[in-house]
Amino acid sequence: MKQVVAIIKPFKLDDVREALSEIGVQGLTVSEVKGFGRQKGHTELYRGAEYVVDFLPKLKLDIAIDDELVDQVTEAIIKGANTGKIGDGKIFVYPLEQVIRIRTSETGSDAL
Amino acid sequence: METVTNQIFELQYAIDTFYFLVMGALVMWMAAGFSMLEAGLVRAKNTTEILTKNVLLFAISCTAYMVVGYDIMYGGGIFLEGIAGGDNLTADALAASAEAGFDGGSVYSAASDFFFQVVFVATAMSIVSGAVAERMKLWAFAGFAIVMTAFIYPMEGSWTWGGNDVFGMFNLGDLGFLDFAGSGIVHMAGAAAALAGVILLGARKGKYGPNGEVRPIQGANLPMATLGTFILWLGWFGFNGGSVLKLGDMASANAVAMVFLNTNAAAAGGVIAALIIAKIMFGKADLTMILNGALAGLVAITAGPDTPTPLMATIIGSVGGVLVVLSIVALDKLKLDDPVGAISVHGVVGLWGLLAVPLTNGDASFTGQLIGAATIFVWVFGASFITWSVLKMVMGIRVSEEEEYEGVDLSECGMEAYPEFTSNTK
Repeated sequence: MKQVVAIIKPFKLDDVREALSEIGVQGLTVSEVKGFGRQKGHTELYRGAEYVVDFLPKLKLDIAIDDELVDQVTEAIIKGANTGKIGDGKIFVYPLEQVIRIRTSETGSDAL
Repeated sequence: METVTNQIFELQYAIDTFYFLVMGALVMWMAAGFSMLEAGLVRAKNTTEILTKNVLLFAISCTAYMVVGYDIMYGGGIFLEGIAGGDNLTADALAASAEAGFDGGSVYSAASDFFFQVVFVATAMSIVSGAVAERMKLWAFAGFAIVMTAFIYPMEGSWTWGGNDVFGMFNLGDLGFLDFAGSGIVHMAGAAAALAGVILLGARKGKYGPNGEVRPIQGANLPMATLGTFILWLGWFGFNGGSVLKLGDMASANAVAMVFLNTNAAAAGGVIAALIIAKIMFGKADLTMILNGALAGLVAITAGPDTPTPLMATIIGSVGGVLVVLSIVALDKLKLDDPVGAISVHGVVGLWGLLAVPLTNGDASFTGQLIGAATIFVWVFGASFITWSVLKMVMGIRVSEEEEYEGVDLSECGMEAYPEFTSNTK
């Protein structure tokens, strides 16, 4: 099993969710996060004084899937979140040791 | 016939008194406007304290002005003992009305006059609280409020609206000084007191960098600041509209209506001008500057809302809107930290308001306006500087660095405006 973690632009959430539903992903977790990559921050003005927004708001998706779905899932995320502009985010794929459904105590792929 | 005449005079007295009271109540509501504006433009950790200051300063103003302030400014006796009117109140008022004539000077209840005047004192004092926000000790502020409203403001008020000579030297009215509702007497005076406080207090920690860079400290609640601005805008109709002093004949009613119209027009002009200048200078529509622009338009027209045409009132307000944005940027360059822009809105634009009067009113002169402005500024700034200095020596005026970091809500009031993670266990 794999855990896919994706950082995306917040306004792309609906597109990514739709793309993931189409390939049959059963669940995902979304968190509001802040950070920066090569995009760095940007500057804003308040009452004429400039300030730098170092950390930009992004969404983090956590998705647990079977190994064979990894390519499809990452493609779906790219399809949904890509704008071609700087700051589109990143996808990380981790090995996932165990999954347990709390209600039934099922484990492994059955719990996904 | 005489009975009917007297009854008409009594009705006029009632109408003018009622008008005065309603206008005064509108001005009282400006205290709510200042509270919301200031609470919106400070950080959340300083909300409770700024609200405490606002409600406290209103109460102190009312009490100090009742005890001695009104007597200094207009006479009327300590504790207002002279305003009740004797057993012949009705006869005296009718005699005064008969002398003034139906179209003459307003005759109204002395108590309503005090009520209308006292809310102006509170307005002047409200201006100070925003400028010294987020770092001043509550009790030092309360101490200053007493001196300001019992003595500093009533003294300059007595030289202007009170008609007295300035320390027996010269008379501002004779020099052609005119300030209809108080661009100088109320607004610039409040700003002068605030400026003295800001200079002695210093900037909020972190506002200015070591290399002279200006760092913004953003307000926590812009809906509240916007509501505050609208409340002030509403209250201003009482501020300027009531300053006609009379409603009860056709000419006066027309004058009141014209003042309402011009006051509104100037505020609108201030908003549009501040928006345009902010867009040009900063690239975006800075709401806080637009709100300051509305207030700047209102302050600018306050010295003479009765004589300009609506177009001229709009222009006077727009110039105020431009000035306020430039002034806020300039004060930051001078490292004078004013979280809500009070010194720019009420001081710089208050001066502009005074200087704009002779443009449309032949009874005022530029020299008279300049001498009046200088007199008010020198007196209020000087007396305030001394008062703040004494308070600084005796009790200190600034909270500790740690208290400032934690927020004055906790150090001064012991409660947060928006408590989270609290527990009832002892």
